[in-house]
Amino acid sequence: MSAIHPDQVSAAKLAGMMRPPPEPEFDPVTRDGSLVEDPAVRAPLVLGKDTSFNDVTETVCGYIEKGPGRWFWPVFFLVSQVAGLMPLMILYLIITGVGVWGLNNQVDWAWDITNFVFWIGIGHAGTLISAILCLLKQKWRTSINRAAEAMTIFAVICAGTFPGVHIGRVWMAWMLFPIPNSNAIWPNFKSPLLWDVFAVSTYGTVSALFWFMGMIPDFATLRDRAALRIMRASDPSVMKVDRIRCFVYGMLALGWRFSTRHWHRYEKAYILLAGISTPLVLSVHSIVSFDFATSILPGWHTTIFPPYFVAGAIFGGFAMVLLLMIPSRELFPGMKALITLRHLENMAKIILVTGFMVGFAYAMEFFVAWYGGNQYELHVFLYNRVVPDWVDPRGAPYWWAYWSMIICNVVFPQLFWFKACRQSPVVIFIVSVAVTIGMWFERFVIIVTSLHRAFLPGEWHMFFPTPVDILTFVGSCGTFLTLYMLFMRFLPMFAMSEIKAVMPQANPHKH
Amino acid sequence: MAAAAKPRIFQTEQGTPIFGVMAEFATPADIYHAAEKVRDAGFSDWDVYSPFPVHGIDEAMGIKRTRLPLLVAVVGLSGAVLGFGFQYWVATQGYATVVQGKPFGSWQTFVPVAFEIGVLFTAFATLLGMLIFNRLPRWHHPLMCNERFLKVSDDRFVIAIEATDPKFDPQAVRTLLQKAGATSVELVEDK
Repeated sequence: MSAIHPDQVSAAKLAGMMRPPPEPEFDPVTRDGSLVEDPAVRAPLVLGKDTSFNDVTETVCGYIEKGPGRWFWPVFFLVSQVAGLMPLMILYLIITGVGVWGLNNQVDWAWDITNFVFWIGIGHAGTLISAILCLLKQKWRTSINRAAEAMTIFAVICAGTFPGVHIGRVWMAWMLFPIPNSNAIWPNFKSPLLWDVFAVSTYGTVSALFWFMGMIPDFATLRDRAALRIMRASDPSVMKVDRIRCFVYGMLALGWRFSTRHWHRYEKAYILLAGISTPLVLSVHSIVSFDFATSILPGWHTTIFPPYFVAGAIFGGFAMVLLLMIPSRELFPGMKALITLRHLENMAKIILVTGFMVGFAYAMEFFVAWYGGNQYELHVFLYNRVVPDWVDPRGAPYWWAYWSMIICNVVFPQLFWFKACRQSPVVIFIVSVAVTIGMWFERFVIIVTSLHRAFLPGEWHMFFPTPVDILTFVGSCGTFLTLYMLFMRFLPMFAMSEIKAVMPQANPHKH
Repeated sequence: MAAAAKPRIFQTEQGTPIFGVMAEFATPADIYHAAEKVRDAGFSDWDVYSPFPVHGIDEAMGIKRTRLPLLVAVVGLSGAVLGFGFQYWVATQGYATVVQGKPFGSWQTFVPVAFEIGVLFTAFATLLGMLIFNRLPRWHHPLMCNERFLKVSDDRFVIAIEATDPKFDPQAVRTLLQKAGATSVELVEDK
């Protein structure tokens, strides 16, 4: 073992044998958190001049073992109170009936389905990051994939609740699934609404499996650390917590022991899951869009919907990932070394690209409405959405919803043309808020503005949300955040084994 | 080696059976080259333990490609066929209903759900197949009693050669691993 090999130096430091000497040769990568100017050189994925494998373990496990800080439980208390609104409002709905929502004979889908599509769309970013970016060998995904996958699952939970309770007779919700029953009734497999049931439940299940499989090695790390402390401990009060950790994380780790023969199959399984999740994630929002596209309603009956919905879902999902990551970076010690400006900049670029796809889809919808020559469709696009009622008497009073959507989804992301904006967490956060609002409005515009003035003017009706509508949605945001905070507190927030594998000293062929 | 002539059960002086010999290495590069040496020495019951899959170590160890994809393909495709068949049965036999004037068995409408069920089967086959092929879950392993081994999950790199290997000989294995650049070598008991 020669003493100057950088790998060996860092390993000796890991073993506590020596501090590494300063690296003598010129290092083109600035490792202080700033991004690299030279386009041929990539910014490092993990910051810090001599960040070791052990530093990564200590940082990530520290969030669980030491806790995220004093701010956590008070914030959690507030957020969980908001979450409580959701079951409360659903209970009120079940006891009283769907009349507590603002629905009417013309607008029979409104906030419920808007919220469903909003949440399921957010749920697409996690699988995109973990599956598609994995297949494309985008190594920068490693430090954001775990949190994004968690977010996906919690968003799917929020999404699944809305169609479950909007069916009116909630106690009949089991009939959504093909369960043998005494009436010998089976569901209608020719309905896109049933495809949706299968798409969303499959998506939720597969995402959870993917998420769990990714966490197995990290559970094993937490288990081993607790076991080591038990072996060495003298203080029994510390040991009690560690015994619980050792048992719970031990059960979840399934006896993982970091064997290479296991890693070999594990990596293959990971690629297989990524490979199957990629068409899955594209299919889910396509099928959600079929709920609308296969109807004959002008404004819904559009062949562009599947790709348009998928692009919008990725767009909105990345905004939500950024909304969660940017405050976490500030609040958790050491996280800025793992989620670097390079990660934020890459996500900002994806928002810019998908924002363009969404903008293009808005334009194409319009073009086809005009070019297709269907007067009902043109009317919906022109007067139900774009033209304000104070400009033309044929205009509908929902013009502000349409224009909010355009400003939030098409105008705001243009800031990301500028490097300074892409690298400023504050600007990224503001744009992400705008995109999240804009994507909610997109679904509201599609659903409500199409429905409220359809073929017969005698049926035209406005939709106004009731407090129950609003509080159910607020409650779903609370549920989402509550689940996410529990995740941050008790589960490994970063894929430690994956981060270690992309660190420079992990490469056995580096010379 | 003369190992074949020796009795196949190794134990300590106290009579505890021996699991094998475990050696620690400092870096991924070290363990990569050591794995090549152990492979070339012709061992079969041995393994490399590392906090992350070291790039290219599968070849350095001479691991054969897993047949997991085959299992996954078979289960996934049968899931899709099963899903399609079930929908066809429901639409033509179980609860035949005219929908939008289409034939009962119009197959196009069965594609999305058949796809989703195929994906669902694939995902379960992947995770469960990976665990079964790895003989997991397994709650205990002799190595897990070793304090040094527990640090593998953090930042250590370990090779363990097991006593069940036909070529196993405690002294020869120890020399081999030391020559390969191990920072420490120790005997692991099967507790």
